[in-house]
Amino acid sequence: MNWEVIIKWFPRLLEGAGLTLELVAISVVAGLLLAIPLGIARSSTHWYVRALPYGYIFFFRGTPLLVQLFLVYYGVAQFDAIRHGPLWPYLRDPFWCAVITMTLHTAAYIAEILRGAIQAIPPGEIEAARALGMSKWQTLFYIVMPRATRIGLPAYSNEVILMLKASALASTITLLDLTGMARTIIARTYLPVEIFFAAGMLYLLIAYVLVRAFKVLEHKLRVDASQQGR
Amino acid sequence: MIDLHGFGPALAAGTLMTIKLALTALAIGLVLGLSGALAKTSQNRILSTIGGLYSTIVRGVPELLWVLLMYFGTVNLMRALGQWLGMPQLELSAFAAGSIALGLCFGAYATEVFRGALLAIPRGHREAGQALGMSRPRIFWRIILPQMWRIALPGLGNLFMILMKDTALVSVIGLEEIMRRSQIAVTATKEPFTFFLVAAFIYLGLTVIAMTAMHFLERRAARGFVRSA
Repeated sequence: MNWEVIIKWFPRLLEGAGLTLELVAISVVAGLLLAIPLGIARSSTHWYVRALPYGYIFFFRGTPLLVQLFLVYYGVAQFDAIRHGPLWPYLRDPFWCAVITMTLHTAAYIAEILRGAIQAIPPGEIEAARALGMSKWQTLFYIVMPRATRIGLPAYSNEVILMLKASALASTITLLDLTGMARTIIARTYLPVEIFFAAGMLYLLIAYVLVRAFKVLEHKLRVDASQQGR
Repeated sequence: MIDLHGFGPALAAGTLMTIKLALTALAIGLVLGLSGALAKTSQNRILSTIGGLYSTIVRGVPELLWVLLMYFGTVNLMRALGQWLGMPQLELSAFAAGSIALGLCFGAYATEVFRGALLAIPRGHREAGQALGMSRPRIFWRIILPQMWRIALPGLGNLFMILMKDTALVSVIGLEEIMRRSQIAVTATKEPFTFFLVAAFIYLGLTVIAMTAMHFLERRAARGFVRSA
């Protein structure tokens, strides 16, 4: 193992890790915002409300992220209307394509988590809120959402880790994230084992820190306490 | 109907390759997962540490990185091995590297699924086997393993769906599966959206088939058990 090479190129790898974190942070936050309406609609009792989010979730969970990434980055350029449209400066940029695709992708998974969390709320709690004279929307905001947050948080933290790993695909559309940076360095040094090892260690470290941070958050939100009564 | 410009057969061949890759990786992953679970639940400290490290490290690193590492990182290793065996041209093909890498990742997650199933089997069953004078491998083969399948099957099914989508990553090292074939078609026809959308629908179709197969497997594995819910 050639440690000197690892030390020499480590700052560049850190640079790549920065882009990885940026991609993951934007997509999991934007994905959550998009998933909230999707998840609520998905757990509706009316089939016509349920149908659209169901199709969306089915498509994004049933196809590889790589296909979705290529559809957005290479695919949309096939249409002249988009190439001459106002969104083209963004859709031409690999960074925005990665952010858009990862957001749409993770939103489908988070929506399913939310649906599971919403359906796991004991019906008695919702009935109690209605009995106290809360409106449907009040029940949603004061009872359903806070409870779903706590039930869904552990699964959400899993999804964030999965997105951290999925973000490596950004390297296939020329972005220099941690994996992309590693591949670029390897093209210069011809030392795949050392550089991939260093990159892998960085991914492990980031995952470890994220897991710890979510544990702290779960403790703060008393996720364990809210699940004791069940 | 979508015009495939004569690339239909190529895509079909790619689909076949994807299925072959997924099944090979599944076989490797099941062996690794079962070994990992046995190691992790072992009384032996060294074995349980190895099992724990395997599932933790492999799950914390992106699948794409494993695929790249297995393909580009094993060149020197394979050359050394080839020299020793007297075959200087020895190297891992994209198919071999891809299926080992994906099997490794599947195995790491399967370790946890199998471990859960292993722990879910009442201790009395093992003790009953011992009381009947069965040897330890026999107890595992005849009593533990057949019961583990039923418990592990839903978890393994989910992992297989993930594995099937991860096969797309092997296109990065040039294996001619669905994605690579679509990319070739895109280069020739300049219709990226059409071909990547077709690829997406092939994957959707494969997912639906796998889901249906899992449904029947689960029903078969659960025969003789009455669900109270």
